[in-house]
Amino acid sequence: MVEHIHSDGEEPAVTLDAFLSQSNATAVRLEPDEDARALIPHLDRLALIEVAFPKFRDGRGYSSARILREAGYVGELRAQGDVLVDQIAYMKRCGFDTFAPEKALNPVDIEAALARWPEHYQSAADGAVPIWKLRHG
Amino acid sequence: MYKYDEYDHAMVAARVAEFSDQVKRRIAGEITEDQFKPLRLMNGLYLQLHAYMLRVAVPYGTLDSRQMRMLAHIARKYDRDYGHFTTRQNIQYNWIKLEDAPAILEDLASVEMHAIQTSGNCIRNISSDQWAGAAADEITDPRPWAELLRQWSSFHPEFSYLPRKFKIAVIAANEDRAAMRLHDIGIQIVEKDGQHGAAFYVGGGMGRTPMIAPLIKDFVPLADMLSYAEACLRVYNRYGRRDNIYKARIKILIHELGADEYRRQVEEEFKHVKSLGIDPPKAEFDRIAKQFAPPPLDASAPDDIDRSDPDFAVWVDQNVAEHKVSGHAIVNISLKPVGGIPGDASSAQIDVMANLGEKYSHDELRVTHAQNIVLPHVRKADLYAVWQALDAAGLATPNLDLISDIIACPGLDYCSLANARSIPVAQKIATRFSDLGRQKELGELKLKISGCINACGHHHAGHIGILGVDRKGTENYQLSLGGSGAEDVSLGTITGPGFDEDGVVDAIERVTDKYLATRTEGERFVDTFRRVGMAPFKEAIYG
Amino acid sequence: MKLLTGNDLKTGFVTWWTGADWSLHIEDAADVGETGEAILAAEEGARRVNAPYIIAGEATPDGPRPAHIKDRIRALGPTVRPDLTLKPADPAAGDWVI
Ligand code: HEM
Ligand code: SF4
Repeated sequence: MVEHIHSDGEEPAVTLDAFLSQSNATAVRLEPDEDARALIPHLDRLALIEVAFPKFRDGRGYSSARILREAGYVGELRAQGDVLVDQIAYMKRCGFDTFAPEKALNPVDIEAALARWPEHYQSAADGAVPIWKLRHG
Repeated sequence: MYKYDEYDHAMVAARVAEFSDQVKRRIAGEITEDQFKPLRLMNGLYLQLHAYMLRVAVPYGTLDSRQMRMLAHIARKYDRDYGHFTTRQNIQYNWIKLEDAPAILEDLASVEMHAIQTSGNCIRNISSDQWAGAAADEITDPRPWAELLRQWSSFHPEFSYLPRKFKIAVIAANEDRAAMRLHDIGIQIVEKDGQHGAAFYVGGGMGRTPMIAPLIKDFVPLADMLSYAEACLRVYNRYGRRDNIYKARIKILIHELGADEYRRQVEEEFKHVKSLGIDPPKAEFDRIAKQFAPPPLDASAPDDIDRSDPDFAVWVDQNVAEHKVSGHAIVNISLKPVGGIPGDASSAQIDVMANLGEKYSHDELRVTHAQNIVLPHVRKADLYAVWQALDAAGLATPNLDLISDIIACPGLDYCSLANARSIPVAQKIATRFSDLGRQKELGELKLKISGCINACGHHHAGHIGILGVDRKGTENYQLSLGGSGAEDVSLGTITGPGFDEDGVVDAIERVTDKYLATRTEGERFVDTFRRVGMAPFKEAIYG
Repeated sequence: MKLLTGNDLKTGFVTWWTGADWSLHIEDAADVGETGEAILAAEEGARRVNAPYIIAGEATPDGPRPAHIKDRIRALGPTVRPDLTLKPADPAAGDWVI
């Protein structure tokens, strides 16, 4: 389920440093240069991981997202920042399930972007069946 | 040749629809140029000096005659009747209108072509040996491996916003005709215990800081290749520098970490990635490989060539290469007529080559990184007819690998990043050395010209390299000697102070004279340079 | 003098600000003085030009001449294809660039 929301009233995400030194937070914010793997021992107590995209050109967050999903994280994974409509399909494939773009996106465009690709060549973190598997059953 | 199935068609169609929509939004003002630029670049559309430029991918340099004809059609209908074949085995059109771009991509899609990922900070078109499937010295056809990588890298969700562009080349022969080790990843298919696998060289490149890729893994089995590539890319995506565009290529990361530390990180990531099940089964490779099955060549076809026409014989000696099947040959079509523009071909010439490919080369053509075209599977008995048709179209220049077979980037005549023009220098050099006897006397001599430090013209890898620089607003040219992009890969060394346009032509003449006076029996220019070093050449140039 | 130039959004062709509109011909270009930035922003916003920028130039009897060779080549066309420049009939047109 993809929601493009930034809900009010949720627990604010703390920085990675703060999270690692404080045992009760359940939401954390990951900057592009921070190691997603530092969160792996704590995934079951996390409800939200917010991955920052200060600039859309900085693609480190895509790897962070996949690493977290590959490690079994099932909570909310949010892409926050310079998130453009032309990127969200890839973000979703990497495991993001919510988006908090700085500049609001047009819901019609979002829908079109997410429906764009009929299939995918490679497997990623969204559980989509890759084309090679479709070819060979 | 690889043929699209329903899935491949659907993916390219989706991309055309997506880009058409993006163009519409740009023209309507819904997105700014800043937002649109990375999107158009991922579809190969640049804004250059005179207009938009479209770069069309020719995956691993292979095309059929129908595709080649489409390239001519696009030149005729949407451009100014010509195209420029590039060192990345692509073709570029220089006069494209933004509003035509969606229609062009649609035309391309109708013949299973596209401009996907021909620019932008993503995994680019995968290049390969232009003689693949025909070369006498290959251990297997590298293209099925390249196609596997093409599909894996197309619309890769994690690797579309890399620190910088990413170029992969795949070869399967000991002779390197693709400058494999000057790529971000160079893969050589090798054999071990009767199995083929991929040797990974990672971190090569040209540009401002040229580097030769170190060997990162000597043998990756087919079953692991995509996982291994994914691990190489993930380490780069996470740790490649993003603070400085000139230090963002993977070569800098590997240089800073050291090859051993990079290898350690990749191996660790690989162990994890391998557990994800991203490698397709052997059946997928076999499905692809079947489509690259060798054409039905008759090995009992006559093996001798009637050389009674002397002009034809000269061309055969220079431009025709050994084929792995007796009675056949590889025809190299030079796009370097003396005084012409290296790599340019008119739509009429493209059509001529398409027709020859269809009639005489089992419907196959190749684009080479040296900006030439290849007909890979020609019967020796047909060579004369092929030559006559090429000659009539101005395509029979017998100068393959000679000094006038120059690689040149578009330079300041077309490119907005250029410091100096490349093409006029290439034209002057080719004209100065136009005497074919003199060229043959000089033997194999790879001359490469770039109009700026980005090195699109591979000048670092030229036996003789020329780099255009801006000296107080005037064009100036630096000369370097001793580079090679082949299996004896090396980077050139700058001779000293630069020259103006005529000065650099004179300097090259002094260099080649020195070589003729210094060489020993059988030595190519680059061999002599390696033996005697820079000093004698420097003295010849600067006195 | 200061010149304002860019490319047409739809065709990509090189254009020059004439004081009131855009022209393909540098002969029509006007000196924008200190007003360049404001015109640039307005015209780019209105999508009448793409990737505009301001350059230094010199007024000559033959019209404005950009200070940098790159913009002189933009004004003329590729020197290696005189037939595709804006002055195909003038074999010496390329000399103006250098
Ligand atoms: C005219 C538009 C072009 C532009 C704007 C352009 C831009 C660039 C840039 C910026 C780089 C440096 C990348 C880096 O070092 O990070 C580069 C490298 C390169 N380009 Fe181009 N290029 C153009 C045309 C071409 C053409 C026509 C060719 C082929 C003839 C080509 C082939 C290459 C190659 C082989 C490299 C070197 C890759 C490496 O550094 O490993 N480019 N280009
Ligand atoms: S080397 Fe420089 S001048 Fe030549 S095409 Fe590349 S970017 Fe342009």
